[in-house]
Amino acid sequence: MTNQQTSEFAIEATDIVKSFGSVQALRGVSITARAGEVTSIIGDNGAGKSTLIKIIAGVDKADSGTVSLFGEEVSFHTPEAAREAGIETVYQTLGLIEDLTIWQNLFLNREVMLGVPPFRFLNKRMMRNEALRMLSELDVHIPSVKARVRGLSGGQRQAVAISRAAGWSSRVVIMDEPTAALGVRETAKVEELIHRLKDKGLAVIVISHNFDQVLRLSEQIWVMRQGSVITGLRAADTNGDELVALITGASSGAAR
Amino acid sequence: MQTPDLEGSGVAVMAAPEAPSIWKRAGYGLKSPYFWANWTVVLALVVALIVFFILSPDTFLTPYNISTILTASAVPAILVIGQAFVVMTAGIDLSNAAVLTLSAVSFGTMFAAGQSLFVCVLVAVVVGIVAGSVNGIVIAQFKINDFIVTLGMLSLAQGVALVISNATPVQVISQPLASFALGKVGVVPYIMILAVVLMIIAQIVLTQTRFGTHVLATGGNSETARAMGVKTKAMKISVYAISGATAGIASVVLISRIGAAEPSMNTSLLLNSVAAVVLGGVSLFGGRGNVVGPFVGAILLTMIINGLIVAGVPQYYQYIAIGIIVMVSAILVRTAK
Repeated sequence: MTNQQTSEFAIEATDIVKSFGSVQALRGVSITARAGEVTSIIGDNGAGKSTLIKIIAGVDKADSGTVSLFGEEVSFHTPEAAREAGIETVYQTLGLIEDLTIWQNLFLNREVMLGVPPFRFLNKRMMRNEALRMLSELDVHIPSVKARVRGLSGGQRQAVAISRAAGWSSRVVIMDEPTAALGVRETAKVEELIHRLKDKGLAVIVISHNFDQVLRLSEQIWVMRQGSVITGLRAADTNGDELVALITGASSGAAR
Repeated sequence: MQTPDLEGSGVAVMAAPEAPSIWKRAGYGLKSPYFWANWTVVLALVVALIVFFILSPDTFLTPYNISTILTASAVPAILVIGQAFVVMTAGIDLSNAAVLTLSAVSFGTMFAAGQSLFVCVLVAVVVGIVAGSVNGIVIAQFKINDFIVTLGMLSLAQGVALVISNATPVQVISQPLASFALGKVGVVPYIMILAVVLMIIAQIVLTQTRFGTHVLATGGNSETARAMGVKTKAMKISVYAISGATAGIASVVLISRIGAAEPSMNTSLLLNSVAAVVLGGVSLFGGRGNVVGPFVGAILLTMIINGLIVAGVPQYYQYIAIGIIVMVSAILVRTAK
């Protein structure tokens, strides 16, 4: 992208407040995420992780607080607007349509067209080639981009979903529990993919319950509890025991 | 399956080793629902042709009878195009035959009032589109079950047709319309050529345009499609409008054939349109299908009825035969969803 990077942070969310009725889901949350790093958000169920990423991704709107993208304040009313700006989200449910082929899914609502209106037709060859390129860029090998998603394994689907998020000159990729439904081998492959996204210079934000994975993958970790960020720490400076203590509230994180 | 070399070349990010090759899992095997979805109707057509040829060797496959089948197929074949689009979005249009009647009566009223043929045709098609759009808007905007809405429209359209026609048929004597209905190229009647042209346009729209992809995406998983920015409401409204449009066009063809606009509804047209869609391999869960299959399915159903008549089978057995065929084809194309 051509925007000047005026901030060291790809994403900087400041004092985000969000209520659903009388329930305060976020009580003034601030986090940052750097480009070329994996930033993990951890916390117990109901800590507000999903609400936070939904606000960054444009799905929900914050009651107050700001989100900046490379130093520039942004406000998205729809996921498409966030996507336009380069923020892609891979949801737990993956967002793939099983009856469509891999290339159709990669290009859904971003179809490459030929011809002049009203006679505009799909440029299928271009999209297939491009789909192949998107997949191979992340070293995802799938025998044919013409295969339907229904026939793919969980890991393959996740790979397709991540490839879609990583394509499109995106700058930030948000993932909600990217390996929750996967086996050991497939989890390892998806982690490899996340590393490649990072190496491409993208800012990757991951929600995970798996502390080993968080420590393996991330540079920065934000710990949330009951709608607040308890602490932010560098993965290199912490360990699983400390994370568990922080999440459960056995440790307040105030010492840091 | 037949290409074991693919197994090895497989997939860095992938599949457990015991998983079958992607080709098989993506549905190219004989046991695959995709295979049967695509080929049931063709297989059934061939079987029916052979059976009826054996039953009536001298009368079934004559140019005259082939022409008769194609003439009788035109109206159901046009109607099924719209139904196919609706079912691809996981909906169903139970009102198409009633809307056809309403369009026909509107045509007849305009014709009796001395309007030009062009105006009459235009009114018939526009009435169909309006009725279809009402279906679509109620279904998409108010999130009401498609079954209920189109069942309501069935009664509504039929009722309006009876009111404006005063329950009386209108004779439509028009030279150009009659020559359109009777004209042929070889054994193929003009009205069938019209149906084929419409089918080809519909198939191109489905497979070659963004609209077609978004219709399938809406049917496949409307939540996900909307999250990707597909305008799922607009897609749903559009398919019902298309179904209304095909009902309007089919009404003109029907009038040209019988020389009158009749206010009575032809329920077998509705049943056949649903049956042909199933036969043609469109998933009733939406998301999958084509237009060619249902189109061939509509011709097949007409051919079966014709074949039974030619073979001298009593009329009521036709319903039994159609019912069995529809159930068997539904079993063949079933998918775990």
